[in-house]
Amino acid sequence: MWIYIAKRVLYTIPISLGVSLVCFCLVYLAPGDPAASLIPPDASAADIATIRQLYGFDQPVPVQFAKWLWRALHGDFGTSLQTGRPVLVEVSGALANTASLAAGAALIAFVLAVLAGMLAAWHRGRFLERAVTAVSTLGISMPSYWLGIVLIIVFAVKLRWLPATGMGSGAATFSWLDWHDARFAVLPMLTMALLPLGVVMRSTRAALADTLAQDYMQVLRAKGLAPHALMRHALRNALPQVLAVMGLQLGYLTGGSILIETIFTWPGTGFLLSKAILTRDVPLLQGTVLILALTFVFINLAVDVLQTCADPRLQRQ
Amino acid sequence: MSAALPSAALRAVAPPGYLHAIARRLRHDYVTLSFAALLVLTVLAACCAPLVAHYDPYATGLLGRLKPPGWQGHLLGTDDLGRDMFARLLYGARMSLAMGVAPVALALAIGGTLGVLAGFYGGALNMAIMRTMDVFYAFPSVLLAVAISGTIGGGVASGLLALTLVFIPSLCRIAETATSQVRALDFVEAAQATGASSLSVIVAHVLGNVLPALFVFASSLISVSVLLAAGLSFLGLGVQPPTPDWGQMLAGLRQAIYLQPLVCALPGLAICIVSFSFNMVSDGLRHAMDIRA
Repeated sequence: MWIYIAKRVLYTIPISLGVSLVCFCLVYLAPGDPAASLIPPDASAADIATIRQLYGFDQPVPVQFAKWLWRALHGDFGTSLQTGRPVLVEVSGALANTASLAAGAALIAFVLAVLAGMLAAWHRGRFLERAVTAVSTLGISMPSYWLGIVLIIVFAVKLRWLPATGMGSGAATFSWLDWHDARFAVLPMLTMALLPLGVVMRSTRAALADTLAQDYMQVLRAKGLAPHALMRHALRNALPQVLAVMGLQLGYLTGGSILIETIFTWPGTGFLLSKAILTRDVPLLQGTVLILALTFVFINLAVDVLQTCADPRLQRQ
Repeated sequence: MSAALPSAALRAVAPPGYLHAIARRLRHDYVTLSFAALLVLTVLAACCAPLVAHYDPYATGLLGRLKPPGWQGHLLGTDDLGRDMFARLLYGARMSLAMGVAPVALALAIGGTLGVLAGFYGGALNMAIMRTMDVFYAFPSVLLAVAISGTIGGGVASGLLALTLVFIPSLCRIAETATSQVRALDFVEAAQATGASSLSVIVAHVLGNVLPALFVFASSLISVSVLLAAGLSFLGLGVQPPTPDWGQMLAGLRQAIYLQPLVCALPGLAICIVSFSFNMVSDGLRHAMDIRA
């Protein structure tokens, strides 16, 4: 097991390098001169020459990549063209906002999905299973940005129960313990929970149905175990697999929050990205994408390691 | 010996083919069939949009803005510029459906080919292809699509490129796994021992065993592609106005949700119905092809 974990940790290094390379290449995807996308349009000729030299655009591409990577390793992800502040400062504040939203959404989705998945596996072939399957398919089919708009129409406009957009007293003073602030997170969190809810429901149902069909479950049944005891055995075997799916979903939520944050103007990384796209702020876009992708890589690493620890079958390999 | 037998007798003892078995299962799966019919209907309506819709999807009317369904013959009302919603939804279906199917088809061709090559030849080629895929796999799909499309700028081409790149890694992985499993089987070795070239082994023995799984997986990606493409144009990337597209219509009507919520919800409902139908058909197909079930 330890060898597997060590290998898995080491494997993160080439992957992170590859991810950095892809992010580095983004600047070259942008139409026109790569330097031009880094320079504000009103810069003087002397400034342009300085920036070219500073970023090393007069040097060969591999050297540029090495320098860029070196700066990134030292926490220098460039400077936002719009605000003039370092990208790292912009992203780290936003990342905390996104992560708390994603964690809450993941928790809601996980609890509901495992309960529903258990119900479905238990009532196999009956109405309840079909209902759960339909709901989970709807969960993965519904555009989350649309659900967000519908929720705003119902709960903010018609019923006036919850605020529509924003983050209460603002990102700096926001407190999860104060309902006055926390209520702003309810609708975005529910919207965000939709997709993982559908995905985890599907995988819980499938994993439990697989486990319940195993021979040893038949033996337990023959021994006369009560239904809830049977379910406990099945759940223990299916849960590591479901946890792995959930972990992956948490990563997707953190990295893919752009649509939901845009609708609710939640000041997270997704909102930052959409601002960067709107203002064609390529350094900010590149830095945010890199940090989010690396976060995703490390979440995946943590999920794999945790799954190895939670599943005795993997430990023996 | 068997050559001496009349072919009719052979056919009588031969078990029904794989495709036959699937078709027979699908014929009784009314849920899948009805969703497939709904999709066919949507495609037909989108193709024949000028015949179905009486209004020009681009014709604006300042007096008839944000009207409810049924207003002066506008079946589903009008949008914020007074354009007929029904016509725009129909014309928008063209873009939304195309952006659902085209990236998956492209990714299936590219990713499938790379995966089969990696699985069949193994070694350094496998290493090079699969490790590259791992890097792209390390991006959340929405993030990768937004990053590529956001850097290049809006437009159908950049959206297509971004979505295709998003789907290649997973299709490549499926193809690689399936191919390396088939590759280890005796009949492939036997074919190679008789002197068959790699290409003919791949075409005659490998593809038949790899393609079904690949197709089923690809079919499940279409709904993801519809959602992602609409999401891109919702963000102002992908399809550009005034070309109607469901995601971009939803974004345009966002400001009007307080005035005419019902009309504003329509493009999202359309995305939802099409994506749900693709998922149901894909699930039905998977079920029909799963011989164990």
